[in-house]
Amino acid sequence: MTISFLLLAAITIIGTAAAMTLKNLVHCVLALSLGLVGLAALYLQLGAQFVGFTQILVYVGAVAILAAFAIMMTRSADPTASNAAASFRASGALIAVLVFAVLAWATISGTSAQPIFTAAPEGSVGQVGAALMHRFVLPLEVIGLLLTAALIGAGILAMDEHRGTR
Amino acid sequence: MFETIDQIFVLIKHWLLGYVPGMAQPLISAILSVVPVVIAFPLLFAITTVLERKGLGRMQNRYGPNRTGWFGILQPMADGIKSLTKEDIVPRTADQLVHFLAPVVMVIASFLVYAVVPLGRNMVIADLNAGVLFFFAIGSMVELSVFMAGWSSHSKYSLLGAMRAIAQMISYEMPLVLASVVVIMAAGSLSTVTIVNMQAGYTGIWPHWYVFTPWGITGFIIFMIAATAESNRCPFDMPEGESEIIAGYFIEYSGFKFALFFLAEYLGMFATSAMAITFFLGGWAAPFSFLTWIPSYVWFFGKLLTIICAFIWVRGTLPRLRMDQLMNFAWKFMLPLSLINIVGAGIWHFMPAGFTRWGVVSLLILLSCVLLSRGLRRNKWFHVRTYRFAS
Repeated sequence: MTISFLLLAAITIIGTAAAMTLKNLVHCVLALSLGLVGLAALYLQLGAQFVGFTQILVYVGAVAILAAFAIMMTRSADPTASNAAASFRASGALIAVLVFAVLAWATISGTSAQPIFTAAPEGSVGQVGAALMHRFVLPLEVIGLLLTAALIGAGILAMDEHRGTR
Repeated sequence: MFETIDQIFVLIKHWLLGYVPGMAQPLISAILSVVPVVIAFPLLFAITTVLERKGLGRMQNRYGPNRTGWFGILQPMADGIKSLTKEDIVPRTADQLVHFLAPVVMVIASFLVYAVVPLGRNMVIADLNAGVLFFFAIGSMVELSVFMAGWSSHSKYSLLGAMRAIAQMISYEMPLVLASVVVIMAAGSLSTVTIVNMQAGYTGIWPHWYVFTPWGITGFIIFMIAATAESNRCPFDMPEGESEIIAGYFIEYSGFKFALFFLAEYLGMFATSAMAITFFLGGWAAPFSFLTWIPSYVWFFGKLLTIICAFIWVRGTLPRLRMDQLMNFAWKFMLPLSLINIVGAGIWHFMPAGFTRWGVVSLLILLSCVLLSRGLRRNKWFHVRTYRFAS
């Protein structure tokens, strides 16, 4: 357990905890993105470059922005708007404890059976690419087709809005 | 001799590292790599502001700055002193912490991007395996800081500017990424250094840059248009439209925070231009085989300045687009064209080398370009515009 791991873990935990406790929803989104960046940094520390950068690209670049847009579009930008999640404190705590228990049980029972790898895998991006292109090529193609269809579909939805005008 | 001049910065770094005890070497090595970049690009920013103001002045039949120093060359100094001595005003209703953090996050993200840019032979801060992914990931953090600036100012103008900026950045990020996918396909790597090395070598005197292929030139043009939009420059400068929303998301910033936004915007422009050079224009390689004796970093910065001049030229030439024109152009023209470009690059890869594949791929791209632009112009005719509300 190195100093950098402790720092990154602290950033992640503080960010996610702030996302749940802060009053202002926009602050929650920003705190959540801080926690996600911390998580991405933890991935990077483990040598998983692809997962780490994709985490930042997807969660900070897309999900956090989407959440911010949703907040701005659906309610007024009033800073005193209350955080709805605060009213589900008891059930939320119960769910959190249950999830933690399941994860802890899985981790503890899993590590005893298998040896712990200490050396970081090398060339992870190349390996991910090779695995996607050889073993998982069919799922990749299906997902690619689906996403391209969604992209073109979004364009077509926007295309017919103002027929004949402008 | 040429080798020494080409590697002079690398040699100086190793020479300095020799005086450092072994324990501190990784840290000092990182500092010695980062500090020149952190100095060089703001300096380039200062030069660019003068170039831009003089160039725009030239295009608009006026002098531009000519009072400070020789031909106004000291203008950035005056600007810097002015913005440092100005009062830093924060609106009373603003969200103090987020308002302070927005320019900080933006400048940090803009500087981080330079970690993967190869500035010359053996001159890159970090040769990451996933360098291209890193570039786009950090670039997406800029959007978050734009949102932070626009929202925290608690002003309608800045919020509108932030909405426009984010919508535009997200829309144009798609063609930007898809245009660089062809390069990743051709080079077979996400590392920027490998991409530059794959374009090395000459046929006769001509280099093997990706821009000299049909899919490469298409990708380069798409990339540059998307880069103009990403950096909020004319003709895509609606997020800052001075005549409509004054200055966009950073309207409530004054003094040096405003200067930081300005700096971050130009740094972003340089970074995307540097990536365009890396992807399509062979990075630091010389354009002709008989010019390889000129040091690699000279070529890199020469190409960068050329692209900057093109940006200034475009800014002085084209009028601003409307929001719907901007979105239509991104989603109905650039996006389909970049998808077809990827198909073209695939065909190029699997066809035997020769004039046939040139013909086939060029025909595919040109045909789709014509059809898409006809589709974009469908149901549109140009006539005197009637104003519903103003007349």
